[in-house]
Amino acid sequence: MVSPAVRAAIDEEIAKMPEKRGALLAALRLVQEERGHLCAETIQEVAEIFELHPAEVMEVVRFYNHFHERPQGRHQVNVCTSLSCALRGGRGLLRQIQAHLGIRAGQTTEDGRISLGHEECLGACGNAPMLRIDDAYHLDLDWLRTQQLLDGLE
Amino acid sequence: MGHRVPRVTQYLTEHFADEGFATLSGYRARGGYETARRVLRDQSPGDVIRMLKKAGLQGRGGAGFDAGTKWSFMPEPHHGPNYLVCNADESEPGSFKDRLLMTRGPHQLLEGILIPAFATGAAMTFLYVRGEYAEPARILRRAIDEATAEGMLGSNVLGTGFAHQVVLVRGAGAYICGEETGLLESLEGKKGQPRRKPPYPAECGAFGRPTTVNNVETFCHVPHIFERGVDWFRSMGTDQSPGTTLFGVSGHVERPGVYELPLGTRLDEIIFEHAGGVPGGRKLKAAIPGGVSMPLLPAGHLDVPMAGEFLRERGSSLGTGGVIVMDETTCMVRVGCVISEFFRDESCGQCTQCREGTGFVHKLFLRIERGAGTAADIDVLEDVAGKMEGATICAFADAAAWPVQGLLRHFRSEFIEHVHTGKCPLPDGFEL
Ligand SMILES: Cc1cc2nc3c(=O)[nH]c(=O)nc-3n(C[C@H](O)[C@H](O)[C@H](O)COP(=O)(O)O)c2cc1C
Ligand code: SF4
Ligand code: FES
Repeated sequence: MVSPAVRAAIDEEIAKMPEKRGALLAALRLVQEERGHLCAETIQEVAEIFELHPAEVMEVVRFYNHFHERPQGRHQVNVCTSLSCALRGGRGLLRQIQAHLGIRAGQTTEDGRISLGHEECLGACGNAPMLRIDDAYHLDLDWLRTQQLLDGLE
Repeated sequence: MGHRVPRVTQYLTEHFADEGFATLSGYRARGGYETARRVLRDQSPGDVIRMLKKAGLQGRGGAGFDAGTKWSFMPEPHHGPNYLVCNADESEPGSFKDRLLMTRGPHQLLEGILIPAFATGAAMTFLYVRGEYAEPARILRRAIDEATAEGMLGSNVLGTGFAHQVVLVRGAGAYICGEETGLLESLEGKKGQPRRKPPYPAECGAFGRPTTVNNVETFCHVPHIFERGVDWFRSMGTDQSPGTTLFGVSGHVERPGVYELPLGTRLDEIIFEHAGGVPGGRKLKAAIPGGVSMPLLPAGHLDVPMAGEFLRERGSSLGTGGVIVMDETTCMVRVGCVISEFFRDESCGQCTQCREGTGFVHKLFLRIERGAGTAADIDVLEDVAGKMEGATICAFADAAAWPVQGLLRHFRSEFIEHVHTGKCPLPDGFEL
Protein backbone atom coordinates (compact mmCIF):
# COMPACT_ATOMS: atom_id res chain seq x y z
CA MET A 1 0.00 0.00 0.00
CA VAL A 2 1.07 3.53 -0.74
CA SER A 3 1.58 5.16 2.67
CA PRO A 4 -0.60 8.09 3.72
CA ALA A 5 2.45 10.39 3.69
CA VAL A 6 3.29 9.50 0.08
CA ARG A 7 -0.36 9.70 -0.88
CA ALA A 8 -0.48 13.24 0.56
CA ALA A 9 2.68 14.16 -1.36
CA ILE A 10 1.12 12.81 -4.57
CA ASP A 11 -2.00 14.89 -4.00
CA GLU A 12 0.20 17.94 -3.55
CA GLU A 13 1.86 17.26 -6.90
CA ILE A 14 -1.50 16.75 -8.56
CA ALA A 15 -2.71 20.09 -7.22
CA LYS A 16 0.14 21.90 -8.97
CA MET A 17 -0.69 20.61 -12.45
CA PRO A 18 -3.46 21.68 -14.84
CA GLU A 19 -4.42 18.04 -15.32
CA LYS A 20 -4.11 15.18 -12.89
CA ARG A 21 -2.04 12.98 -15.17
CA GLY A 22 0.67 15.65 -15.29
CA ALA A 23 1.74 14.46 -11.84
CA LEU A 24 2.17 10.82 -12.87
CA LEU A 25 5.97 10.89 -13.18
CA ALA A 26 6.27 12.67 -9.84
CA ALA A 27 3.96 10.11 -8.24
CA LEU A 28 5.94 7.17 -9.61
CA ARG A 29 9.13 8.74 -8.31
CA LEU A 30 7.63 9.23 -4.83
CA VAL A 31 6.27 5.72 -4.65
CA GLN A 32 9.52 4.22 -5.88
CA GLU A 33 11.49 6.22 -3.31
CA GLU A 34 9.33 4.62 -0.60
CA ARG A 35 9.08 1.09 -1.96
CA GLY A 36 12.37 0.69 -3.79
CA HIS A 37 10.77 -0.47 -7.00
CA LEU A 38 7.47 -0.49 -8.86
CA CYS A 39 5.89 -3.95 -8.79
CA ALA A 40 2.65 -4.82 -10.60
CA GLU A 41 0.56 -4.21 -7.47
CA THR A 42 2.09 -0.80 -6.89
CA ILE A 43 1.47 0.11 -10.50
CA GLN A 44 -2.14 -0.97 -10.09
CA GLU A 45 -2.47 1.32 -7.07
CA VAL A 46 -0.94 4.27 -8.87
CA ALA A 47 -3.23 3.61 -11.83
CA GLU A 48 -6.23 3.80 -9.49
CA ILE A 49 -5.10 7.13 -8.06
CA PHE A 50 -4.78 8.53 -11.58
CA GLU A 51 -7.89 6.83 -12.95
CA LEU A 52 -5.81 5.19 -15.67
CA HIS A 53 -5.60 1.64 -16.97
CA PRO A 54 -2.62 -0.16 -15.35
CA ALA A 55 -1.25 -0.86 -18.85
CA GLU A 56 -1.00 2.89 -19.46
CA VAL A 57 1.03 3.35 -16.30
CA MET A 58 3.17 0.31 -17.12
CA GLU A 59 3.99 1.82 -20.51
CA VAL A 60 5.25 4.96 -18.79
CA VAL A 61 7.27 2.97 -16.25
CA ARG A 62 8.99 1.06 -19.04
CA PHE A 63 9.74 4.16 -21.10
CA TYR A 64 11.82 5.94 -18.47
CA ASN A 65 15.19 4.61 -17.30
CA HIS A 66 14.74 5.70 -13.70
CA PHE A 67 11.79 3.48 -12.97
CA HIS A 68 12.48 -0.09 -11.91
CA GLU A 69 10.08 -2.99 -11.95
CA ARG A 70 12.45 -5.22 -9.99
CA PRO A 71 14.09 -4.77 -6.58
CA GLN A 72 17.35 -2.85 -6.71
CA GLY A 73 20.45 -2.74 -4.58
CA ARG A 74 20.64 -0.29 -1.68
CA HIS A 75 22.75 2.01 -3.85
CA GLN A 76 22.65 2.78 -7.54
CA VAL A 77 26.09 3.32 -9.02
CA ASN A 78 25.92 4.66 -12.57
CA VAL A 79 29.01 5.41 -14.63
CA CYS A 80 28.83 7.85 -17.52
CA THR A 81 30.03 6.19 -20.73
CA SER A 82 29.24 8.95 -23.23
CA LEU A 83 31.92 10.50 -25.41
CA SER A 84 33.50 13.20 -23.21
CA CYS A 85 33.83 10.73 -20.33
CA ALA A 86 34.91 7.87 -22.61
CA LEU A 87 37.76 10.03 -23.95
CA ARG A 88 39.00 10.48 -20.39
CA GLY A 89 38.71 6.87 -19.27
CA GLY A 90 35.04 6.49 -18.31
CA ARG A 91 34.71 3.11 -19.95
CA GLY A 92 37.93 1.85 -18.41
CA LEU A 93 36.59 2.97 -15.05
CA LEU A 94 33.40 0.97 -15.59
CA ARG A 95 35.45 -2.10 -16.49
CA GLN A 96 37.49 -1.75 -13.28
CA ILE A 97 34.35 -1.34 -11.19
CA GLN A 98 32.84 -4.45 -12.76
CA ALA A 99 35.96 -6.43 -11.88
CA HIS A 100 36.08 -4.98 -8.35
CA LEU A 101 32.44 -5.80 -7.59
CA GLY A 102 32.34 -9.03 -9.57
CA ILE A 103 29.19 -7.98 -11.45
CA ARG A 104 28.41 -6.48 -14.80
CA ALA A 105 26.52 -3.29 -15.56
CA GLY A 106 22.84 -4.08 -15.15
CA GLN A 107 23.43 -6.42 -12.20
CA THR A 108 23.25 -6.15 -8.40
CA THR A 109 25.85 -7.45 -5.95
CA GLU A 110 24.83 -10.60 -4.11
CA ASP A 111 24.68 -8.79 -0.77
CA GLY A 112 22.18 -6.33 -2.27
CA ARG A 113 24.55 -3.44 -1.66
CA ILE A 114 25.09 -2.04 -5.16
CA SER A 115 23.24 -2.03 -8.45
CA LEU A 116 25.70 -1.08 -11.17
CA GLY A 117 24.78 0.63 -14.39
CA HIS A 118 26.13 2.83 -17.09
CA GLU A 119 24.42 6.01 -18.14
CA GLU A 120 24.41 8.46 -21.00
CA CYS A 121 25.95 11.88 -20.49
CA LEU A 122 25.06 13.33 -17.10
CA GLY A 123 25.88 16.94 -17.95
CA ALA A 124 29.20 16.99 -16.15
CA CYS A 125 31.47 16.42 -19.15
CA GLY A 126 34.00 19.00 -17.96
CA ASN A 127 34.68 16.82 -14.92
CA ALA A 128 35.20 13.52 -16.71
CA PRO A 129 35.32 10.75 -15.82
CA MET A 130 32.41 10.84 -13.44
CA LEU A 131 29.71 8.70 -11.93
CA ARG A 132 26.51 9.06 -10.00
CA ILE A 133 25.80 7.28 -6.72
CA ASP A 134 22.10 7.57 -5.97
CA ASP A 135 21.42 11.31 -6.32
CA ALA A 136 24.99 12.55 -5.91
CA TYR A 137 27.55 13.28 -8.62
CA HIS A 138 31.20 12.32 -8.10
CA LEU A 139 33.52 14.16 -10.43
CA ASP A 140 37.09 14.09 -11.78
CA LEU A 141 37.57 10.48 -10.68
CA ASP A 142 40.57 8.21 -10.67
CA TRP A 143 40.58 4.56 -9.64
CA LEU A 144 41.75 5.17 -6.07
CA ARG A 145 38.98 7.65 -5.35
CA THR A 146 36.39 5.43 -7.04
CA GLN A 147 37.41 2.46 -4.97
CA GLN A 148 37.11 4.51 -1.76
CA LEU A 149 33.64 5.64 -2.78
CA LEU A 150 32.49 2.09 -3.55
CA ASP A 151 33.98 0.57 -0.43
CA GLY A 152 32.39 3.30 1.68
CA LEU A 153 28.86 2.31 0.68
CA GLU A 154 26.88 0.52 3.38
CA MET B 1 28.98 20.07 -5.50
CA GLY B 2 32.28 20.15 -7.32
CA HIS B 3 31.16 22.62 -9.92
CA ARG B 4 34.03 24.72 -11.13
CA VAL B 5 33.31 28.38 -11.52
CA PRO B 6 33.85 29.36 -15.16
CA ARG B 7 37.32 30.62 -15.99
CA VAL B 8 36.11 33.21 -18.43
CA THR B 9 33.03 35.12 -17.32
CA GLN B 10 30.89 37.90 -18.69
CA TYR B 11 27.39 39.06 -17.83
CA LEU B 12 25.75 35.64 -17.37
CA THR B 13 28.36 34.13 -15.11
CA GLU B 14 29.90 37.30 -13.66
CA HIS B 15 28.74 36.60 -10.08
CA PHE B 16 28.96 32.83 -10.12
CA ALA B 17 31.98 32.74 -7.81
CA ASP B 18 29.79 34.36 -5.17
CA GLU B 19 27.80 31.61 -3.42
CA GLY B 20 25.30 34.18 -2.18
CA PHE B 21 24.24 34.91 -5.75
CA ALA B 22 22.13 31.73 -5.66
CA THR B 23 20.00 33.16 -2.82
CA LEU B 24 17.25 35.71 -3.23
CA SER B 25 18.89 38.26 -0.93
CA GLY B 26 22.23 37.92 -2.72
CA TYR B 27 20.58 38.25 -6.10
CA ARG B 28 18.61 41.32 -5.05
CA ALA B 29 21.70 42.91 -3.56
CA ARG B 30 23.04 42.94 -7.13
CA GLY B 31 19.91 44.63 -8.44
CA GLY B 32 18.13 41.38 -9.21
CA TYR B 33 14.45 41.48 -10.27
CA GLU B 34 14.55 45.25 -10.79
CA THR B 35 14.68 44.85 -14.58
CA ALA B 36 11.67 42.55 -14.60
CA ARG B 37 9.81 44.96 -12.30
CA ARG B 38 10.49 47.87 -14.64
CA VAL B 39 9.57 45.92 -17.80
CA LEU B 40 6.35 44.53 -16.38
CA ARG B 41 5.36 47.94 -15.01
CA ASP B 42 6.29 50.19 -17.93
CA GLN B 43 6.16 48.13 -21.12
CA SER B 44 3.48 46.32 -23.08
CA PRO B 45 3.87 42.71 -24.24
CA GLY B 46 4.18 44.00 -27.81
CA ASP B 47 7.03 46.35 -26.77
CA VAL B 48 8.87 43.47 -25.16
CA ILE B 49 8.62 41.25 -28.23
CA ARG B 50 9.70 44.07 -30.55
CA MET B 51 12.75 44.77 -28.42
CA LEU B 52 13.71 41.10 -28.25
CA LYS B 53 13.40 40.77 -32.01
CA LYS B 54 15.74 43.74 -32.42
CA ALA B 55 18.19 42.17 -30.03
CA GLY B 56 18.28 39.04 -32.18
CA LEU B 57 18.75 36.58 -29.32
CA GLN B 58 19.15 33.11 -30.83
CA GLY B 59 17.85 30.14 -28.86
CA ARG B 60 20.65 28.37 -27.01
CA GLY B 61 19.03 24.90 -26.91
CA GLY B 62 20.57 23.68 -30.16
CA ALA B 63 18.41 24.83 -33.04
CA GLY B 64 19.30 28.54 -32.79
CA PHE B 65 15.81 29.86 -33.52
CA ASP B 66 15.23 33.58 -32.93
CA ALA B 67 13.64 33.95 -29.48
CA GLY B 68 11.62 37.13 -30.14
CA THR B 69 10.16 35.63 -33.30
CA LYS B 70 9.16 32.50 -31.42
CA TRP B 71 7.39 34.55 -28.76
CA SER B 72 5.54 36.49 -31.44
CA PHE B 73 3.84 33.25 -32.54
CA MET B 74 1.91 33.06 -29.28
CA PRO B 75 -1.74 34.07 -29.56
CA GLU B 76 -3.40 36.24 -26.90
CA PRO B 77 -4.76 33.94 -24.21
CA HIS B 78 -8.40 33.13 -24.82
CA HIS B 79 -10.66 30.46 -23.31
CA GLY B 80 -7.81 29.34 -21.07
CA PRO B 81 -4.19 29.88 -20.16
CA ASN B 82 -1.02 30.18 -22.26
CA TYR B 83 2.05 28.37 -20.99
CA LEU B 84 5.78 28.72 -21.09
CA VAL B 85 8.22 25.83 -20.75
CA CYS B 86 11.81 26.09 -19.65
CA ASN B 87 13.74 23.21 -21.19
CA ALA B 88 16.22 22.08 -18.55
CA ASP B 89 16.58 18.56 -19.85
CA GLU B 90 20.20 19.16 -20.91
CA SER B 91 21.39 15.75 -22.04
CA GLU B 92 23.25 16.17 -25.31
CA PRO B 93 26.63 14.53 -24.66
CA GLY B 94 29.19 17.32 -24.40
CA SER B 95 26.74 19.88 -22.97
CA PHE B 96 26.95 20.94 -19.34
CA LYS B 97 26.21 24.66 -19.24
CA ASP B 98 22.59 24.65 -18.08
CA ARG B 99 23.50 22.77 -14.92
CA LEU B 100 25.88 25.60 -14.04
CA LEU B 101 23.29 28.29 -14.82
CA MET B 102 20.75 26.58 -12.56
CA THR B 103 23.00 25.83 -9.61
CA ARG B 104 24.80 29.18 -9.51
CA GLY B 105 22.13 31.55 -10.77
CA PRO B 106 18.62 30.20 -10.15
CA HIS B 107 17.11 33.67 -9.68
CA GLN B 108 18.70 34.97 -12.88
CA LEU B 109 16.78 32.17 -14.61
CA LEU B 110 13.52 33.01 -12.84
CA GLU B 111 13.83 36.70 -13.70
CA GLY B 112 14.59 35.64 -17.27
CA ILE B 113 11.38 33.61 -17.30
CA LEU B 114 9.18 36.43 -15.99
CA ILE B 115 9.78 38.78 -18.91
CA PRO B 116 8.77 36.38 -21.73
CA ALA B 117 5.99 35.02 -19.50
CA PHE B 118 4.56 38.53 -19.42
CA ALA B 119 5.16 39.05 -23.15
CA THR B 120 3.38 35.82 -24.15
CA GLY B 121 0.60 36.13 -21.59
CA ALA B 122 1.62 32.90 -19.91
CA ALA B 123 -0.06 32.00 -16.64
CA MET B 124 2.42 29.32 -15.76
CA THR B 125 5.93 28.14 -16.57
CA PHE B 126 6.83 24.49 -16.39
CA LEU B 127 10.47 24.14 -15.55
CA TYR B 128 11.32 20.66 -16.82
CA VAL B 129 14.55 19.45 -15.22
CA ARG B 130 16.13 16.16 -16.24
CA GLY B 131 15.74 13.46 -13.61
CA GLU B 132 19.46 13.14 -12.88
CA TYR B 133 19.73 16.81 -11.89
CA ALA B 134 18.75 16.31 -8.26
CA GLU B 135 20.92 19.12 -6.92
CA PRO B 136 19.85 21.73 -9.50
CA ALA B 137 16.22 20.71 -8.85
CA ARG B 138 16.67 21.25 -5.12
CA ILE B 139 18.28 24.67 -5.65
CA LEU B 140 15.57 25.72 -8.10
CA ARG B 141 12.80 24.55 -5.81
CA ARG B 142 14.21 26.64 -3.00
CA ALA B 143 14.54 29.64 -5.32
CA ILE B 144 10.93 29.26 -6.50
CA ASP B 145 9.72 29.07 -2.87
CA GLU B 146 11.74 32.15 -1.88
CA ALA B 147 10.56 34.11 -4.90
CA THR B 148 6.96 33.14 -4.28
CA ALA B 149 7.16 34.11 -0.60
CA GLU B 150 8.61 37.51 -1.50
CA GLY B 151 6.14 38.27 -4.29
CA MET B 152 8.39 37.81 -7.31
CA LEU B 153 6.11 34.97 -8.36
CA GLY B 154 2.44 34.40 -7.60
CA SER B 155 -0.75 36.39 -8.00
CA ASN B 156 0.82 39.85 -8.08
CA VAL B 157 4.32 39.59 -9.51
CA LEU B 158 6.56 42.41 -8.21
CA GLY B 159 3.49 44.47 -7.41
CA THR B 160 2.60 44.85 -11.09
CA GLY B 161 -0.67 42.89 -11.06
CA PHE B 162 0.72 40.22 -13.42
CA ALA B 163 0.09 36.68 -12.15
CA HIS B 164 2.59 33.93 -12.79
CA GLN B 165 3.54 30.61 -11.27
CA VAL B 166 6.59 28.45 -11.90
CA VAL B 167 6.14 24.70 -11.47
CA LEU B 168 9.17 22.46 -11.33
CA VAL B 169 8.76 19.11 -13.06
CA ARG B 170 11.39 16.39 -12.99
CA GLY B 171 12.13 14.01 -15.83
CA ALA B 172 12.92 10.34 -15.30
CA GLY B 173 15.80 9.47 -17.58
CA ALA B 174 15.06 9.78 -21.30
CA TYR B 175 17.15 11.93 -23.66
CA ILE B 176 14.29 12.37 -26.10
CA CYS B 177 12.39 14.45 -23.54
CA GLY B 178 14.74 17.30 -24.49
CA GLU B 179 13.03 17.49 -27.88
CA GLU B 180 10.31 20.03 -27.25
CA THR B 181 7.28 17.92 -28.12
CA GLY B 182 8.71 14.85 -26.37
CA LEU B 183 9.05 17.14 -23.38
CA LEU B 184 5.40 18.22 -23.67
CA GLU B 185 4.25 14.59 -23.72
CA SER B 186 6.36 13.88 -20.67
CA LEU B 187 4.91 16.92 -18.86
CA GLU B 188 1.48 15.43 -19.46
CA GLY B 189 2.55 12.23 -17.72
CA LYS B 190 3.04 10.18 -20.87
CA LYS B 191 5.90 8.44 -22.65
CA GLY B 192 8.16 11.18 -24.00
CA GLN B 193 7.56 10.41 -27.66
CA PRO B 194 7.79 13.46 -29.94
CA ARG B 195 4.60 14.65 -31.63
CA ARG B 196 3.99 15.11 -35.32
CA LYS B 197 4.00 18.77 -36.28
CA PRO B 198 1.82 20.70 -37.11
CA PRO B 199 0.19 21.66 -34.87
CA TYR B 200 3.14 23.53 -33.40
CA PRO B 201 3.36 24.16 -29.65
CA ALA B 202 2.33 27.81 -30.08
CA GLU B 203 -1.05 26.54 -31.27
CA CYS B 204 -1.39 23.39 -29.21
CA GLY B 205 1.33 22.72 -26.65
CA ALA B 206 1.22 21.61 -23.03
CA PHE B 207 -2.21 20.28 -22.01
CA GLY B 208 -3.62 21.44 -25.35
CA ARG B 209 -2.79 25.11 -24.70
CA PRO B 210 -0.58 27.56 -26.62
CA THR B 211 2.96 27.01 -25.34
CA THR B 212 6.47 28.33 -25.98
CA VAL B 213 9.52 26.24 -25.18
CA ASN B 214 12.92 27.81 -24.59
CA ASN B 215 16.23 26.62 -23.26
CA VAL B 216 17.58 27.59 -19.80
CA GLU B 217 20.37 29.72 -21.21
CA THR B 218 18.05 31.53 -23.62
CA PHE B 219 16.01 32.78 -20.65
CA CYS B 220 19.10 33.78 -18.69
CA HIS B 221 20.15 36.34 -21.34
CA VAL B 222 16.81 38.14 -21.25
CA PRO B 223 17.12 40.33 -18.11
CA HIS B 224 20.55 41.55 -19.26
CA ILE B 225 19.20 42.60 -22.65
CA PHE B 226 16.41 44.59 -21.00
CA GLU B 227 18.74 46.06 -18.41
CA ARG B 228 21.47 47.27 -20.76
CA GLY B 229 19.73 47.52 -24.09
CA VAL B 230 19.82 46.16 -27.60
CA ASP B 231 22.92 48.10 -28.71
CA TRP B 232 24.92 46.78 -25.80
CA PHE B 233 23.81 43.21 -26.54
CA ARG B 234 24.58 43.51 -30.24
CA SER B 235 28.03 44.92 -29.49
CA MET B 236 29.07 41.35 -28.62
CA GLY B 237 29.06 38.35 -30.92
CA THR B 238 28.39 38.47 -34.65
CA ASP B 239 25.70 40.27 -36.68
CA GLN B 240 23.56 37.18 -36.94
CA SER B 241 24.49 35.68 -33.57
CA PRO B 242 24.76 38.45 -30.98
CA GLY B 243 25.72 38.12 -27.33
CA THR B 244 27.89 35.70 -25.44
CA THR B 245 27.26 32.03 -24.89
CA LEU B 246 28.47 29.36 -22.53
CA PHE B 247 30.90 27.04 -24.28
CA GLY B 248 31.43 23.77 -22.46
CA VAL B 249 34.84 22.38 -23.33
CA SER B 250 35.56 18.71 -22.62
CA GLY B 251 37.67 15.79 -23.76
CA HIS B 252 41.40 16.07 -24.37
CA VAL B 253 42.12 19.57 -23.12
CA GLU B 254 44.28 20.85 -20.31
CA ARG B 255 41.48 22.85 -18.64
CA PRO B 256 38.02 21.45 -19.34
CA GLY B 257 35.10 23.58 -18.16
CA VAL B 258 32.58 26.26 -19.03
CA TYR B 259 33.74 29.45 -20.75
CA GLU B 260 31.47 32.41 -21.33
CA LEU B 261 32.65 34.05 -24.54
CA PRO B 262 31.13 36.09 -27.35
CA LEU B 263 29.55 34.07 -30.13
CA GLY B 264 31.94 34.15 -33.03
CA THR B 265 34.99 33.41 -30.87
CA ARG B 266 37.21 31.14 -32.93
CA LEU B 267 37.11 27.43 -32.09
CA ASP B 268 40.91 27.14 -32.04
CA GLU B 269 41.11 30.12 -29.67
CA ILE B 270 38.65 28.43 -27.30
CA ILE B 271 40.60 25.18 -27.37
CA PHE B 272 44.16 26.50 -27.23
CA GLU B 273 44.00 29.85 -25.45
CA HIS B 274 41.16 29.30 -23.03
CA ALA B 275 41.13 25.55 -22.43
CA GLY B 276 44.93 25.29 -22.56
CA GLY B 277 45.23 23.00 -25.58
CA VAL B 278 45.85 19.27 -25.66
CA PRO B 279 47.70 17.81 -22.63
CA GLY B 280 50.97 15.92 -22.68
CA GLY B 281 52.36 17.63 -25.79
CA ARG B 282 50.10 15.49 -27.97
CA LYS B 283 48.60 16.81 -31.18
CA LEU B 284 45.01 17.73 -31.70
CA LYS B 285 43.16 15.51 -34.15
CA ALA B 286 39.56 16.73 -34.28
CA ALA B 287 36.90 18.63 -32.37
CA ILE B 288 33.13 18.55 -32.25
CA PRO B 289 31.81 22.11 -32.04
CA GLY B 290 28.42 21.66 -30.41
CA GLY B 291 27.59 18.34 -28.75
CA VAL B 292 27.75 14.84 -30.29
CA SER B 293 24.90 15.51 -32.74
CA MET B 294 27.05 17.92 -34.71
CA PRO B 295 29.55 16.76 -37.35
CA LEU B 296 33.14 16.95 -36.14
CA LEU B 297 35.87 19.09 -37.70
CA PRO B 298 39.46 17.91 -38.20
CA ALA B 299 42.50 19.89 -37.02
CA GLY B 300 43.16 22.41 -39.76
CA HIS B 301 39.47 23.34 -39.94
CA LEU B 302 39.28 24.82 -36.46
CA ASP B 303 39.98 28.44 -37.39
CA VAL B 304 36.24 28.97 -37.59
CA PRO B 305 34.20 31.53 -35.64
CA MET B 306 31.78 29.74 -33.32
CA ALA B 307 28.49 30.99 -34.68
CA GLY B 308 25.89 29.13 -36.72
CA GLU B 309 26.44 31.05 -39.94
CA PHE B 310 30.19 30.26 -40.03
CA LEU B 311 29.98 26.67 -38.82
CA ARG B 312 27.37 25.83 -41.44
CA GLU B 313 29.87 26.84 -44.13
CA ARG B 314 32.18 24.17 -42.72
CA GLY B 315 29.44 21.57 -42.76
CA SER B 316 28.74 21.65 -39.05
CA SER B 317 26.65 23.63 -36.59
CA LEU B 318 26.80 25.39 -33.24
CA GLY B 319 24.37 23.03 -31.51
CA THR B 320 24.61 23.58 -27.78
CA GLY B 321 28.16 24.95 -27.85
CA GLY B 322 29.55 21.79 -26.23
CA VAL B 323 33.09 21.52 -27.63
CA ILE B 324 34.57 18.00 -27.45
CA VAL B 325 38.27 17.78 -28.20
CA MET B 326 40.11 14.65 -29.40
CA ASP B 327 43.86 14.18 -29.55
CA GLU B 328 45.98 12.12 -31.93
CA THR B 329 45.56 8.90 -29.92
CA THR B 330 41.82 8.90 -30.66
CA CYS B 331 40.47 6.24 -33.01
CA MET B 332 37.68 7.78 -35.07
CA VAL B 333 35.88 4.46 -35.54
CA ARG B 334 35.69 4.12 -31.75
CA VAL B 335 34.29 7.63 -31.57
CA GLY B 336 31.63 6.42 -34.01
CA CYS B 337 30.94 3.38 -31.79
CA VAL B 338 30.43 5.55 -28.70
CA ILE B 339 28.25 8.16 -30.39
CA SER B 340 26.10 5.61 -32.23
CA GLU B 341 25.57 3.60 -29.05
CA PHE B 342 24.03 6.69 -27.49
CA PHE B 343 21.61 7.18 -30.38
CA ARG B 344 20.70 3.49 -30.50
CA ASP B 345 19.87 3.52 -26.79
CA GLU B 346 17.93 6.77 -26.84
CA SER B 347 15.76 6.47 -29.98
CA CYS B 348 12.14 6.57 -28.88
CA GLY B 349 11.31 3.94 -31.48
CA GLN B 350 8.35 5.57 -33.24
CA CYS B 351 9.96 5.90 -36.69
CA THR B 352 11.32 2.85 -38.48
CA GLN B 353 14.29 4.67 -40.08
CA CYS B 354 15.40 5.92 -36.68
CA ARG B 355 14.77 2.78 -34.64
CA GLU B 356 16.35 0.40 -37.16
CA GLY B 357 18.91 2.83 -38.54
CA THR B 358 20.50 3.75 -35.20
CA GLY B 359 20.93 0.09 -34.29
CA PHE B 360 22.33 -0.84 -37.66
CA VAL B 361 24.79 2.05 -37.72
CA HIS B 362 26.08 1.05 -34.30
CA LYS B 363 26.62 -2.57 -35.40
CA LEU B 364 28.53 -1.43 -38.48
CA PHE B 365 30.84 0.80 -36.44
CA LEU B 366 31.55 -2.06 -34.02
CA ARG B 367 32.24 -4.49 -36.84
CA ILE B 368 34.68 -2.12 -38.51
CA GLU B 369 36.41 -1.35 -35.21
CA ARG B 370 36.89 -5.07 -34.53
CA GLY B 371 38.56 -5.45 -37.90
CA ALA B 372 35.75 -7.59 -39.26
CA GLY B 373 34.33 -4.97 -41.61
CA THR B 374 34.54 -4.78 -45.38
CA ALA B 375 34.88 -1.85 -47.75
CA ALA B 376 31.22 -2.34 -48.60
CA ASP B 377 30.33 -1.80 -44.90
CA ILE B 378 31.72 1.71 -45.12
CA ASP B 379 29.46 2.50 -48.06
CA VAL B 380 26.49 0.93 -46.30
CA LEU B 381 27.21 3.08 -43.25
CA GLU B 382 27.09 6.19 -45.38
CA ASP B 383 23.98 5.04 -47.16
CA VAL B 384 22.06 4.19 -43.98
CA ALA B 385 22.99 7.51 -42.39
CA GLY B 386 21.77 9.31 -45.51
CA LYS B 387 18.43 7.52 -45.37
CA MET B 388 17.89 8.41 -41.70
CA GLU B 389 18.02 12.10 -42.44
CA GLY B 390 14.72 13.94 -42.90
CA ALA B 391 11.26 12.37 -43.03
CA THR B 392 11.11 11.36 -39.37
CA ILE B 393 8.82 12.74 -36.68
CA CYS B 394 11.61 14.64 -34.94
CA ALA B 395 15.16 15.79 -35.60
CA PHE B 396 16.71 13.03 -33.48
CA ALA B 397 17.30 10.86 -36.54
CA ASP B 398 19.09 13.76 -38.27
CA ALA B 399 21.13 14.28 -35.11
CA ALA B 400 22.10 10.60 -35.25
CA ALA B 401 23.06 10.79 -38.93
CA TRP B 402 25.14 13.98 -38.92
CA PRO B 403 28.06 12.77 -36.80
CA VAL B 404 28.34 9.65 -38.99
CA GLN B 405 28.54 11.82 -42.08
CA GLY B 406 31.16 14.05 -40.44
CA LEU B 407 33.33 11.06 -39.52
CA LEU B 408 33.20 9.65 -43.04
CA ARG B 409 33.76 13.02 -44.69
CA HIS B 410 36.93 13.76 -42.77
CA PHE B 411 38.31 10.40 -41.65
CA ARG B 412 37.29 7.91 -44.30
CA SER B 413 40.91 6.80 -44.74
CA GLU B 414 40.97 5.64 -41.12
CA PHE B 415 37.89 3.49 -41.73
CA ILE B 416 39.54 2.03 -44.83
CA GLU B 417 42.68 1.28 -42.83
CA HIS B 418 40.64 -0.72 -40.28
CA VAL B 419 39.08 -2.71 -43.09
CA HIS B 420 42.34 -3.33 -44.98
CA THR B 421 44.52 -4.29 -42.04
CA GLY B 422 41.76 -6.08 -40.14
CA LYS B 423 42.58 -4.23 -36.91
CA CYS B 424 42.45 -0.90 -35.17
CA PRO B 425 45.49 1.25 -36.05
CA LEU B 426 45.26 3.08 -32.70
CA PRO B 427 44.97 0.30 -30.11
CA ASP B 428 46.24 2.48 -27.26
CA GLY B 429 43.59 5.16 -27.56
CA PHE B 430 40.69 5.50 -25.13
CA GLU B 431 39.12 2.26 -23.95
CA LEU B 432 35.88 1.19 -25.59
C1 LIG C 1 16.68 15.03 -30.05
C2 LIG C 1 16.62 16.42 -29.51
C3 LIG C 1 17.03 16.69 -28.22
C4 LIG C 1 16.98 17.97 -27.69
N1 LIG C 1 17.41 18.19 -26.41
C5 LIG C 1 17.35 19.45 -25.90
C6 LIG C 1 17.75 19.71 -24.56
O1 LIG C 1 18.17 18.81 -23.82
N2 LIG C 1 17.67 20.98 -24.10
C7 LIG C 1 17.18 22.01 -24.88
O2 LIG C 1 17.09 23.13 -24.41
N3 LIG C 1 16.80 21.78 -26.15
C8 LIG C 1 16.86 20.54 -26.67
N4 LIG C 1 16.42 20.32 -27.95
C9 LIG C 1 15.85 21.46 -28.71
C10 LIG C 1 14.38 21.67 -28.37
O3 LIG C 1 13.59 20.84 -29.20
C11 LIG C 1 13.95 23.11 -28.57
O4 LIG C 1 14.30 23.49 -29.86
C12 LIG C 1 14.59 24.07 -27.61
O5 LIG C 1 14.34 23.70 -26.28
C13 LIG C 1 14.06 25.45 -27.84
O6 LIG C 1 14.74 26.38 -27.03
P1 LIG C 1 15.56 27.60 -27.64
O7 LIG C 1 14.75 28.14 -28.80
O8 LIG C 1 15.62 28.55 -26.51
O9 LIG C 1 16.86 27.07 -28.06
C14 LIG C 1 16.48 19.03 -28.50
C15 LIG C 1 16.07 18.76 -29.80
C16 LIG C 1 16.15 17.49 -30.31
C17 LIG C 1 15.70 17.24 -31.72
S1 SF4 D 1 13.12 10.39 -35.14
FE1 SF4 D 1 13.67 8.81 -33.64
S2 SF4 D 1 13.50 9.84 -31.67
FE2 SF4 D 1 12.40 11.15 -33.16
S3 SF4 D 1 10.28 10.47 -33.05
FE3 SF4 D 1 11.26 9.25 -34.67
S4 SF4 D 1 11.96 7.37 -33.59
FE4 SF4 D 1 11.52 8.90 -32.03
S1 FES E 1 29.95 12.67 -21.27
FE1 FES E 1 30.00 12.05 -19.20
S2 FES E 1 28.99 13.68 -18.19
FE2 FES E 1 28.84 14.24 -20.29
